[in-house]
Amino acid sequence: MAYDKIRDPRRIMHVEGDMEVDYIYTAGIAGERFFVALRDKEKLVATHCDKCNHTFMPPRMYCDRCFAELSNWIELPPTGAIASYTITHEDNNGERLPEPIVLAFIEIEKTDGALIHQIGEVKPGALKIGMRVQAVFKKKSERTGALTDIRYFKPA
Amino acid sequence: MSEKVKDLRGTRLSAADLESKDTITFRGRPNAKYAWSAGIAYTKYLEELKNGRIVGRRCRQCDRVLVPPRMFCEQCFRATDEWVYIKGTGKINTYSISYLDADANRIKTPILVAVVDLDGASPGIGILHKLGNVDIEKIHVGMPVQAVWKPANERKGSVTDILYFEPIKEK
Amino acid sequence: MNVKRRVAVVGAGITLFRRRLKETGKELSYLAANAALESAGMTMDDIDCVVMGTAPDAFDGIHMKADNLLDGAGATRKPYSRVYVGGGTGVFSPIGGWWHVASGLFDTCLVVAEEKMSPCIPHPQTAFRTIWDPIITRPLNPNLVWIFALEMNRYMKTYNIPKEHIAMVAVKNKGNALDHPSAQLAAKITVEDVLNSETMVWPVQRLDISPPSDGAAALVLTSEDVARKFTDAPVWIDGVGWSLDSAYWTNRDLCFPQYVAEAAKMAYKMAKITDPPKEVDFAEPYDPFTYKELHHMEGLLLAKKGEAPQLTADGVTQRDGDLPICPSGGLLGVGNPIAAAGLMKCCEMFWQLRNEAGKRQVSGAETGVAQAWGDLMQVGTVTVFRR
Repeated sequence: MAYDKIRDPRRIMHVEGDMEVDYIYTAGIAGERFFVALRDKEKLVATHCDKCNHTFMPPRMYCDRCFAELSNWIELPPTGAIASYTITHEDNNGERLPEPIVLAFIEIEKTDGALIHQIGEVKPGALKIGMRVQAVFKKKSERTGALTDIRYFKPA
Repeated sequence: MSEKVKDLRGTRLSAADLESKDTITFRGRPNAKYAWSAGIAYTKYLEELKNGRIVGRRCRQCDRVLVPPRMFCEQCFRATDEWVYIKGTGKINTYSISYLDADANRIKTPILVAVVDLDGASPGIGILHKLGNVDIEKIHVGMPVQAVWKPANERKGSVTDILYFEPIKEK
Repeated sequence: MNVKRRVAVVGAGITLFRRRLKETGKELSYLAANAALESAGMTMDDIDCVVMGTAPDAFDGIHMKADNLLDGAGATRKPYSRVYVGGGTGVFSPIGGWWHVASGLFDTCLVVAEEKMSPCIPHPQTAFRTIWDPIITRPLNPNLVWIFALEMNRYMKTYNIPKEHIAMVAVKNKGNALDHPSAQLAAKITVEDVLNSETMVWPVQRLDISPPSDGAAALVLTSEDVARKFTDAPVWIDGVGWSLDSAYWTNRDLCFPQYVAEAAKMAYKMAKITDPPKEVDFAEPYDPFTYKELHHMEGLLLAKKGEAPQLTADGVTQRDGDLPICPSGGLLGVGNPIAAAGLMKCCEMFWQLRNEAGKRQVSGAETGVAQAWGDLMQVGTVTVFRR
């Protein structure tokens, strides 16, 4: 095959660019109830499917098992138990953090759901799977209706 | 929509609703950067644009001269055979007059856009570019045009090394 | 072609189409999917597999968004796949569902199409910045409307088409949409309104363009045996076709969409249609721009090259004409949440062929054709439905 070759890789031209697109995402029907309650009441909102006896937290407007629309909204205190955790020593860019961060998979009590969040006020050595934790919130004036309205979870 | 169905769902949000404190929203931009390789054919194309020339590729099987050039013919599905230099002249295949920029913002001075069928390429083989130095009222399909190049020292190996195509003055 | 089983449509659902909806993409998918199941008298337990049709990730702003949408489409722990051919996706999604059932692999398939364009700010147009060839096109800083304006001008020039005839498409479709409860841009307008509307990218004017939209639609497909258990009035998918041309759109004559014709020929052959204008009772060609409806009528071989505008001027394509085109109101009237808009056209065929379309009903409709189009003017997707 009479195929041209470029033997010097420096000769291959490049064009540089990025994905120059900005987004605004709505939290949706269920997401909005969840974040407003978090911001205004320090509560977690869940939905319960009576047929499947399953509690969705964060809430969904439908059950993904039986596909029923859910109207049974529940407010819960922001407490749970550590189901798994990891300790990260690096930030998003791979730079060393001054202090390691503990990230946990927190199963929320009385639900079948969980949140990923930071754990604070505990030495890494004292962490245990099964440890009960509760949310520590930002000051009301600093909250925006986001998961970061919770600063971290601490041992309950 | 079926006349049997009475309940049509969906919750309309106005632009003002979006700014309400109880409409929870999240904003962001993907932090992704790219360097796209021009590959074999386009590297040569861009190099020659820097030299003030347009180059295409010939496929000897269908006997087409292809611009922009590619190393394979998508019709015959075989490697193309040779480089062919194309004149910087051609005819307008179609054109439009854009009052929108790339983000759909309104602009006062329109951008004149055309597909130009190049002389020396096969019939119907055109490239997308802009028109300039032309009376909008006089633009027409079939109008003979020529490339207007940036000065040699400002070219960098890009399709923008051609500033635009302008009408060829009738002799 | 060796088609193992005939495939039926037994349910259809849709949401409102609006510039901006509060629901997330998942929630929109759920509302449409659930409406389709309800209309079929089925539950999720009756569904064997799910096909999702959703167009560029760059609109919703969620990379690999079909996976995000999965639970809203009822696909949790089910065989699930996304089909994608740009703007042609909406009509391609029931084709994807069709092969799941026609092959004999599954008896039922839920087909969902979702699009949420409002996340992309300040305007969804911005997402199109990222679809061009980055080497030879993107440096020219193009707006997507350019290429449609170029195609429209080529079409008008080749066949000497007056803009008035093209404007009639907007008048008809926005008018038809007055009877569609989902519609975003239904209106009673005149040809003069279109011709006097703001010039965006000449010859494309404001009222020649469909809007960006949020919305979802869904269909339930089944084998013949299953269909008979759930309904006395199944609608049959008797033909499917799709075809793509190369992305070198400046290297072909834009006056005729050959790829749409190839897709249509495939679908007609399967449906044993030999004289489309006689055998097709109504059609839902893709109409994101006014001229596209005409271009696509010709691509679908429902009109001779260059003659669709005259048919429109003669009233043939009105809902009570000899060949009603876009009785739904189309993308120009109902809205254009890309993939959902294409599937909306298939939903419309289902309702028309079941005689459920109410004020939009085309009398005596027995055979309908829907079509979508997209990418860099290179995709044609076609379905033929019969009652």
